[in-house]
Amino acid sequence: MRRLKVFRSLVIDSIDATTRGSRKYNIWMGFLTFIMLIGMYCYSIQLEHGLSVTGMTDRVSWGLYISNFTFLVGVAAAAVMLVMPTYVLKDIDFKQAVLIGEGLAVAALIMCLAFVVADMGGPSVLWHMIPGIGVFNFPNSMLTWDVIVLNGYLFLNISIPFYILFRRYQGKVPNPKVYIPGAILSVLWAVAIHLVTAFLYQGLQARPFWNNALLGPRFLASAFAAGPALIILVLAIIRSFTDFKIKDKTINKIALIVTVAAQINIIMLVSELFKEFYAPTHHSESAYYLFFGLDGKTALLPWIWTAISMNVVATVILTFKRLRENLNILYFCCFLLFVAIWIEKGFGLIVPGFIPGPYGKIVEYLPTKIEVGVTIGIWAMGAFIFTILAKTAIGIELGKIRYNKAT
Amino acid sequence: MSDNKKWYSLNLGFNGNKEPKKSCGCGKTSGGCGDHNNDMSEDAFFEAAVDASIGDEVRKDGFEQVFDIKMDRRSAFKKLTASLLIGAGAVSTSCSVVAGDDSKEKAQIDWEEQFKGNYKLMTDKEKKGTVERLMRSYELRTGKNISMTSENAKEDVLFGYAFNISKCQGYMDCVNACIEENNQDRNSQMQYIRIHEMKDGNGFKFDEADDNYYHEVPAEGHFYMGTQCFHCDNPPCVEVCPVQATWREDDGLVVIDYDWCVGCRYCMAACPYDGRRFNWSKPEVPEAEINKNQHYLGNRMRKKGVMEKCTFCVQRSRKGQNPACVEACPTGARIFGNLLDPNSTIRWVLENKKVFRLKEDLGTEPKFWYFMD
Repeated sequence: MRRLKVFRSLVIDSIDATTRGSRKYNIWMGFLTFIMLIGMYCYSIQLEHGLSVTGMTDRVSWGLYISNFTFLVGVAAAAVMLVMPTYVLKDIDFKQAVLIGEGLAVAALIMCLAFVVADMGGPSVLWHMIPGIGVFNFPNSMLTWDVIVLNGYLFLNISIPFYILFRRYQGKVPNPKVYIPGAILSVLWAVAIHLVTAFLYQGLQARPFWNNALLGPRFLASAFAAGPALIILVLAIIRSFTDFKIKDKTINKIALIVTVAAQINIIMLVSELFKEFYAPTHHSESAYYLFFGLDGKTALLPWIWTAISMNVVATVILTFKRLRENLNILYFCCFLLFVAIWIEKGFGLIVPGFIPGPYGKIVEYLPTKIEVGVTIGIWAMGAFIFTILAKTAIGIELGKIRYNKAT
Repeated sequence: MSDNKKWYSLNLGFNGNKEPKKSCGCGKTSGGCGDHNNDMSEDAFFEAAVDASIGDEVRKDGFEQVFDIKMDRRSAFKKLTASLLIGAGAVSTSCSVVAGDDSKEKAQIDWEEQFKGNYKLMTDKEKKGTVERLMRSYELRTGKNISMTSENAKEDVLFGYAFNISKCQGYMDCVNACIEENNQDRNSQMQYIRIHEMKDGNGFKFDEADDNYYHEVPAEGHFYMGTQCFHCDNPPCVEVCPVQATWREDDGLVVIDYDWCVGCRYCMAACPYDGRRFNWSKPEVPEAEINKNQHYLGNRMRKKGVMEKCTFCVQRSRKGQNPACVEACPTGARIFGNLLDPNSTIRWVLENKKVFRLKEDLGTEPKFWYFMD
C-alpha cells in the first residue's frame, strides 16, 4: 500500500517534471510532437489505402521500415556495453551513463516495435501473434524468437532502471542483490536480441546476400559501434543542457568501446568484400548491385559509398588516442559512425537482399513520401520517449525529484 | 516425416498411406494445435491456462474459440481491449434498435469472422461454419450467391506438376486463365504465373530473360519457361510464418489462411521461387468477372494486406479437375496429376523424361518438374 502511494507520487512528480522546462525544452518537445502528428497522418493514409502507398512491391517487399527496425535493434543492444562495466565489473565511471543508456534502449525498442507494426499488412489481426490467444509458431519461425527477445529486453530495460530510480526517489540506496542478476541477464539478452534479429535474415536460403555466417557477428560489431556512439552524442547534449555531471573519463571509456567495435566492424567488412569480389559467383550479384550497380540500376551507390567512407574516416580518426580524446573530434566521429552504420545496416542491408529477385529481375526500391513521413514520425516518437525518460531519471539522480512523505 | 519427404526418389506408389497416423492433423511440432498438449506441457512457454484455451479451439467454432474458454483476468482484459477497438462498431450496430435485421446479421458475421481461429486448426464443422458465414456475408453485401467449399485433402493424393519447355510457346493463356479463375486483383495486375522468355543458345539465363513481354509469340530465337509456386515439400515459407497462417496440406498443396495472415511478408522473403504475392492495396475484381466457385483456401476474395499464391487451383484440383493453367494451355506444355497414382500422366513423365527442378541445392524439394521432348 505504501509502495503504491510512493509510486503514485512518483508518477505525479515525473509528469510534473516532464511538462515543465526551459524554453528550449518546450520548443524541442513541441517540434517532436509536430513531427509525430505528421507521422500519424501519414500512417492513417497507409491504413486506409494499404501498403501500396509505400515504395515496396512484390519484388522488394521490405523497405525503410524493416531497415530502421534492424538498425534500432542494434542501438537497443548497445546499452549493454555500459551496463556490463557498471553493474558487473563495478566500474563506477559508467554509473551516470548507464541510466541514459538504458533509457535509450527503451526508446529504441519501442521504435523497433512501432516499425514492425507499421510494416504489417494487417495490424488489426496482430493478436494472432499473442501466445495463448493466437497461434505462436515457436520455435520454427525466427520472427517469434524476435518477438520474445525484444519484449523480454524491453521488460528488463524498464524494470532495472525503474527499480534503481524508485529507490533513489525515496532517498534509499538500491540493493545490488536485486538489480545485479537482472543486469547480468540483460547483458546476455542484449547479445541475443541482435543475434536473433540477424538470424531472421541469415536463415533464409532464398536470399544469398543475407545467408552468410558473418551476418550475425557483423551485426553485433556494428551495433556496439553505433549504439555507444549515439550514447556519447546524447551524453554530450545532456552535459551542456543540464546539471547532470558526466566526467570526461566516462566519455573516453565509451569512446574506446566505439573504437574497438568500429575496428572489428571494418575487418569484417573487408572479409565480406573479399568473399564477394575475389571470386564472384552468382550469389555475389546483390553485393555488385549494392557497391557498383547492376544493369545501370545504381540507386544505392551514393548511399553505400558515403557510408563506407564515413565509416573508414571515423574509424581511422578514432584509432588515434590523441584525436579521440579531443571531444569535438570525438563527437564528429561518433556522428559519422552513427549515420554510416544507419545506412549500412539499414537499407544497405535490407534492400539489396531483394535485388536481384529470385529469378534475377532487377527492380529498384525508392521510399515514398508517406513512408518517409511515418519513419521520421516514429523517430520523433523515440526521441520524445527518450527525452521524457531522461528528464525524469536525471531529476531523480540529481535529487530534484524526491518523495515527500508529508504529502 | 523427413524420410517420407524423399518420396520423389523412391517408392513413389506407396508412400502416401505408409506414414503412421500422426496424433494430429496439423503435422507440426510447435504446439499451435490442441493435440500436442503433452509436448506442450513440457514447454515452459505455454502456461496451463493457455493450453486450455488452445485445446478448446480445436473442438469449437470460431465464436466459441474466443468466448467460451476459461481464462484468467489478465488474458480476459487483453482480449477485451483488443476486441473493444475492433468490435465497437460491430456491436453498436448489432445492439441498435433502429438497425435492420440484415445489418445486425452482417455485424454478427463480421464479429465472428474477426475473432475466429486459424483454419488449419479448425474441425470440419468449424470450417463449414466459417465458409457458410462468408457465403452469407457475400449475399448480404451484394445480393448475389457464391458457392464456397472447405473440402479437405483426399487420402492417397499428392499433387505434382510438370512443365514441358519444348512445348511452351509463351502464349500466356495460362496466365490469363489463372487470373480469372483465382479472382486476382486486376488493379495491380497480379499474376501467380510468370513466363520467362529466354534466348536460344544461352541456356537457362533467368537474369537475362524477360518475364513481362508484350509482343507476338513465339518470338524468333527464343524459348519459354513458366514459373509459379512450386508447392515445395520442404517449404521455407511455411517455417518462417510467425502465426502458422500458411502450411502444407496433406495432398502437398501449400496454402494460406487469408484471414489469419498478419501481412508481415516474411514468407515472401523466404521463398526462393518468387511464388508469393502480397495485396498491397484492396484487391478489386469487377463483379461480373468474379469466379463464384470458390474454396476457402483458394480463390475466395482476399482483403488488403494479406499474402496469396498459387494453390494449384485447390477449388478445382480437389474435385479431380486440372488447374486452370493446365486446362488453358493450348500447347499441352503443362501436366498436372496425382504423384501417388502410378497410372497418372505426371508419373509417366517423371519416369520416362529427363526431368529437373530449379534451385535443388536449396533443399526445398519442389513438386514442380521441368522437362524437354
